[in-house]
Amino acid sequence: MSQRPVTCTKTDCTAPSCAPDCAPSAPATGLVQLRRGGGTSRRSILQAAAGGVAAAVAAPACNTPEFEAYFQKHYKKLTDEEKVKVFARLEEKTRQKTGVRVRIGDPPPIEGVHFAYALNLSHCNGNRRCAEACARENNLPDEPEMRYIRVLELDNGSQHLERGTVYYDREKVPAPGKFYLPVQCHQCDNAPCVKACPTGATWKENDGIVVVDYDWCIGCRYCQAACPYHARRFNWVEPKIEPSRINPHQAYLSNRIRQMGVVEKCTFCLQRTRRGMYPACYEVCPTGARKFGDLSDPESEVRQIVENKRVWILKEDLGTEPRFFYFYG
Amino acid sequence: MIRYVVYWARMVACVLKGGRLYYTWMGSLLVLILLGAWSYSHDVVDGLIRTNMTDEVSWGIGIANFVFCVGLAASALLLIVPAYVYKRHDAKEVVLFGELLAVVAVVLCLLFIITDIGRPERLWHLFPGIGKLNWPSSMLAWDVVVYTGYLIINLHIPGYLLYKQYLRQKPNPYFYLPFVFISMFWAVTHYTVTGFLLSGLGGRPFWASPILAPRFLVSVGCTAPAVLLIILTVVRRHTHFKVQESVFDYLKKVLRFSAPLNLFLLGCELFSQFYSGARTPAAHYLWVGLNGKHGLNPLIWTALALNLATTLVWITPKFRKSHRVVIAAAALTMLGIWLEKGVGLVIPAFIPTPLGEVVEYWPNLGEILVSVGLAALGAFVFTAIAKVTIAIQTGTLAVHGGEDSPRVPAAPGSVPGGDRAPVSFPPGSDRPPASVRTPESEGVA
Ligand code: SF4
Ligand code: SF4
Repeated sequence: MSQRPVTCTKTDCTAPSCAPDCAPSAPATGLVQLRRGGGTSRRSILQAAAGGVAAAVAAPACNTPEFEAYFQKHYKKLTDEEKVKVFARLEEKTRQKTGVRVRIGDPPPIEGVHFAYALNLSHCNGNRRCAEACARENNLPDEPEMRYIRVLELDNGSQHLERGTVYYDREKVPAPGKFYLPVQCHQCDNAPCVKACPTGATWKENDGIVVVDYDWCIGCRYCQAACPYHARRFNWVEPKIEPSRINPHQAYLSNRIRQMGVVEKCTFCLQRTRRGMYPACYEVCPTGARKFGDLSDPESEVRQIVENKRVWILKEDLGTEPRFFYFYG
Repeated sequence: MIRYVVYWARMVACVLKGGRLYYTWMGSLLVLILLGAWSYSHDVVDGLIRTNMTDEVSWGIGIANFVFCVGLAASALLLIVPAYVYKRHDAKEVVLFGELLAVVAVVLCLLFIITDIGRPERLWHLFPGIGKLNWPSSMLAWDVVVYTGYLIINLHIPGYLLYKQYLRQKPNPYFYLPFVFISMFWAVTHYTVTGFLLSGLGGRPFWASPILAPRFLVSVGCTAPAVLLIILTVVRRHTHFKVQESVFDYLKKVLRFSAPLNLFLLGCELFSQFYSGARTPAAHYLWVGLNGKHGLNPLIWTALALNLATTLVWITPKFRKSHRVVIAAAALTMLGIWLEKGVGLVIPAFIPTPLGEVVEYWPNLGEILVSVGLAALGAFVFTAIAKVTIAIQTGTLAVHGGEDSPRVPAAPGSVPGGDRAPVSFPPGSDRPPASVRTPESEGVA
């Protein structure tokens, strides 16, 4: 059974968007000339907006980072050259804000790969390391705390969600008579959030991962209302992370530093998985409950599980067709 | 062109002029608007963290008010149908108030959304062409399209008719009648789409009810006549504009049907939620509480009590005769529907979360200030345009002489699209006795 989910076939890819690939330990300098000039602060954008959009449009400095950020196109409409500029601007913005040099890449979906997750509920003991590892990998803020993965503690023999809790003591797991149900974005094939989004700021990629363009999202939170798995998080405040905890290996569509007023979610760590690595939650799990891989590879572990185990999915009746399977084994 | 500029200048002048009561009313509204703007400016700078919304309850009072305002926009339909389909003159005389109220309501809907979103400055992402409108998949995109269309239609009709009236020309039916009929269908779409906006989310069982859109339409049939009853009473009491008693009778008649129907549909909903014993956690939270949390119970039971009491008023002929009771009942109907179909429809859908967490929500002062500010803005704008409308309709604001001089002599009360004079006060007019003046009605002078 193949242990690695996928092999990155793109190590020699020269697309600018793929440039910082496959070198998590490479020093974060150089491939792209960093642009100088201030990052875009929300305040300054709003000042521009307050003075009327006309003022922003007519501003003499049409090539200031503020201007470029405000009129940045949807991810899908960006050309490769524009992406280089955008990523450089965002890297510079992060550097100015936090002092950390980060690399923002854009690994594309690997052709023919369809990611899926399987979770063995007999093994999961609710220690919640996955949620913490996820937070570190994906640059989630701690104050106020944001976590993509929620682990529910439920009574044995029941799926009565309202009787469960996510606020259990993780030092005392597994508690007798309880079982644990970790939930994160299920990367639905028929995703209600994608259907709901009025601006097309969230969509499903070819490898099955549902992503958000944080620079396009207007923060209406309709997707949050639509998601049946409570998987989406909103930035109610400008997210703050200690510079020492920032993961510099970033991707535009996943773990780059986010901004106030937009929605985000789990992306199966696409900055890792599209480069042939496992998601952070998978790697950290001490019980081996988590299985991840390429559903279209007949040899992959996850495919074997889906074919041979009695897997089930959460809220199947809603027709969301998740890429996230639970099983007991 | 110049004529049109002068027209606008004169309208502005008309708005700026008024009695002491008028200034007091507008001044107090202005204070509320500024307070709301001040509170909102903090949300813009510091983020929506200032509200009590959370990832668990991610839509709060702003969206509740939005849903309620959709109901107010029905006022146009309510008067257009009798005026243009049944050709009732009494309704035609006041139809402009309905349309202008619809304009204000739609603008408020948009403002409630804009103040609720995280990145309002990115609104251009919604514009087709430069942005990326996810239409037809997203119900919110439908909403954007439908609201914009409804706004344009409802701006065009009264705008055109008033200008013609100002010029003392007869309006050309081809320029407005087709839009009137389009607007009727458009109005129904408007409410339906808003119903679908909520009921289209399978992950929120509280909303995923097939009768949500009909329930919505029926409650719209309660709020719109209620608010029109109040507005037209004020107009009749404090201006020279005459509103016929039959209009009030008509509005009360609508309420006689819509109020009981609203209760009936609520009963149907409650039956299916509770009788079978199936798990309906959101409905439980709303009506009886869940996991020891009861935040919304007082609110929904108050709503039920208000709706029962006001329905009783609307179906009892004795009560309906008293102006004082009618106005009070209209105000309470609005409050009842706001609680039931605004707050009570939006917020419980988020409690518990799809994963069963019960996190409660109650708006904080900042959110209330923003909401009150927007409501005040609506009242401010409506008062201003209603004042202009009355001035034009009663002939006090009109072009004088010149080549546009009326072929029809300046019949002071000629009604756009109608042929009846609404202004003259017949002796012993049916103005209500002074004893029924209410504080709300004293507001505008
Ligand atoms: S789990 Fe929620 S956020 Fe993830 S794809 Fe499904 S609907 Fe979207
Ligand atoms: S919050 Fe952002 S991603 Fe979600 S529906 Fe609104 S615009 Fe789309």
